[in-house]
Amino acid sequence: MSNTLLISLAVLGILGGVLAVVLYFVAQRFKVEENPLIDEAEACLPGANCGGCGFAGCRALAEACVKQAAEKGNIDGLACPGTDMGKVAAVLGLSAGTFEPKIAVVRCNGGCKNSPSKVHYEGADICAFANTLYAGEGGCSKGCLGLGDCVKKCNFDALHIDKETGLPVVDPDKCVGCGVCAKTCPRGIIEVRPRGKKDRRVYVCCVNTDKGALVVKNCSVGCIGCQKCLKECPFEAIEMRGNLAYIDPAKCKACGKCAKVCPRGSIHAVNFPAPKPETPALQGAEPAIKVEPKAQPVEVKTEVKPENTVTA
Amino acid sequence: MNPIKTFLKGGVHPEENKLSADLPIQDFPMPKQIIVPLGQCLGAPADCIVNKGDHVLTGQLIGTAKGFISANVHSPATGTVAKIDVVMDHTGYYKPAVFIDVEPDQWAEGIIETDKLLTDIKLDSKQIIDKVKECGIVGMGGATFPTHVKLMVPEGKKAEYVIINAAECEPYLTCDYRLLLEKTQEFLMGVKILMKAVNTDKGIIGIETNKMKAIELLDKTINEHKDLYAGIEVQPLKTKYPQGGEKQIIKAITGREVPSGKLPIETGCVVVNVASTYAVYEAVQKNKPLIERIVTVTGKSVKKPGNFRVRFGTPADLLIEAAGGLPEGITDVINGGPMMGKSVSVTNFPCIKGTSGILLMTLNEAQDRRQTNCIRCGRCAMACPMGLQPFLLHKVAKQNNFDETESNHIMDCIECGSCEFTCPANIPLLDYIRYGKAKTGAIIRARNQK
Repeated sequence: MSNTLLISLAVLGILGGVLAVVLYFVAQRFKVEENPLIDEAEACLPGANCGGCGFAGCRALAEACVKQAAEKGNIDGLACPGTDMGKVAAVLGLSAGTFEPKIAVVRCNGGCKNSPSKVHYEGADICAFANTLYAGEGGCSKGCLGLGDCVKKCNFDALHIDKETGLPVVDPDKCVGCGVCAKTCPRGIIEVRPRGKKDRRVYVCCVNTDKGALVVKNCSVGCIGCQKCLKECPFEAIEMRGNLAYIDPAKCKACGKCAKVCPRGSIHAVNFPAPKPETPALQGAEPAIKVEPKAQPVEVKTEVKPENTVTA
Repeated sequence: MNPIKTFLKGGVHPEENKLSADLPIQDFPMPKQIIVPLGQCLGAPADCIVNKGDHVLTGQLIGTAKGFISANVHSPATGTVAKIDVVMDHTGYYKPAVFIDVEPDQWAEGIIETDKLLTDIKLDSKQIIDKVKECGIVGMGGATFPTHVKLMVPEGKKAEYVIINAAECEPYLTCDYRLLLEKTQEFLMGVKILMKAVNTDKGIIGIETNKMKAIELLDKTINEHKDLYAGIEVQPLKTKYPQGGEKQIIKAITGREVPSGKLPIETGCVVVNVASTYAVYEAVQKNKPLIERIVTVTGKSVKKPGNFRVRFGTPADLLIEAAGGLPEGITDVINGGPMMGKSVSVTNFPCIKGTSGILLMTLNEAQDRRQTNCIRCGRCAMACPMGLQPFLLHKVAKQNNFDETESNHIMDCIECGSCEFTCPANIPLLDYIRYGKAKTGAIIRARNQK
């Protein structure tokens, strides 16, 4: 064996040994203290990092669980759509938390028929961009632009654009309520709400806070802020946000009374049984409760032909 | 005549189509009601200081500037305030505006009504800037940046040149050209006032060579009154888009380049538009606030194109009617020129300080052709006057990769549209770049606030 080889081996060996010692002390010195429970909780989760829980990944959910367990002593409201949270609760020494399943709701019904196109848009298919250019084809400056930023962002294939109305529709079977679409929408139309008992939920299907006259001009189903629902609600669950009624999901008991009185059909009551025509109370009256997705759009009397084109 | 100059990097030459170049300016009759939006400049909208039922005079202040980058709004007509409501303006959104029922003109106090040229500049530098601010003058090329902010030279900087941007490189538009021909002396006095405001003795008027009549007329006028217009020069520029871009015109005339992310004052230049210069003359010499402008109504399908002197707040559909009405079929109505202008979603939007033209295009002219894949020909990069790579910016903006957009200097884009104009694959490059620019700008602002 030549000398060169021996010297090389010796030098590299000593170097390796010295650096290993240095690294050991550096690692000890700069060690990040972390709760070992986070690792254990994370191990119970699927590790797919789908974002369905509303957090950036499985580890973020595990961190949130540990944090909430330490602060409040429960893991209520935190859930992974793909696993049993009982396991996580057991790791943290708790009984399984209660979790209210959530779903995204599209709070705009200004589709092709309810808010007819006055202009025609030609440009990049991005809602966030079209939002900087104009109010929308129907003229409502708060309504859905229909270019599908939310559809593109959804990780669960739970959203698609309805060809007839031009509005996004949530598939209740696939939606996990992660809220990515709600964050994406440049107009804040999508809201994540509790699914409700028996999947029954009531919400105002409009986000326009403008004055009633302006809403009526552009849309036949927009909320005009008449406050009829506010007076009707027995649970004080409805509040006014500007000229817009908002139903607080925490207070709403899903009685559906507000949907019956709404003169514009802006309040949607979903998955309620269809009213029976022979019920004396409702005899003669038109069924006011809307059942999705079979809701019939209000008929528009005049067809407005597009006059102008909007190109970017 | 001076030798022709131009900027070097990029640029395109679209069809000029100056259909209304030989048509004299017509005074547009006052409509029955005018709608004056309170936000007429870049920056914060003005605060309304009138109430429903108030009687206002022509030139009376109705909105006061709010914040540093903001401009006053004056009543363009005499009449009663009918209501203060929202109106859909050229941005496509509902914005607050003052509705005034028009009566015969009655000028507010202190405004001198004369057609005589007033050559004696009585105010000093600071008073001129205050007057410009008071009269609500903004850049009337379309960007509506308040002029008084431009004129306030920061400490430690010196303005060497006042450059008058008379390039009017946008196809179709002729409002500045007509103003140069018809108000030559007033315009030159405006240049002199601006030179006095920033304390310099050099004023250069940059004009594209497709407006030879204006170049000759200005040269002749300056030679005839050598004492009065000392220091003012006319610089012919090559007919090339975007010659009238602020950074391009500085590069063409002085050979200096505005550093990335900096203002033109870094190069010792103050660039002002023709219409704004005229407005400065009216404000300083006659005490007349900015209440009217020249609007070109044009388009190949327009029966009677024209240049109209319009009071702000006049609904655009009246102008379109005066030009022969909307052409049949689907029409693209553009506020501004074809390159940088923006399509509007209503035809009755009120004309404001930045409305340089109303362009009507039929579907055939305006519709996007079929988009195909990028063939990496690099024409967009060749055409970009800022030396950017539009194909790359388009790609990363589409991927929402805003780190890459920033590192590729998306914020330097002047949105001239040369890339999209030249793209053989008809890719909407500018749409995506504007999207990326808006997002990147928001990220940078959020970071700076921290």
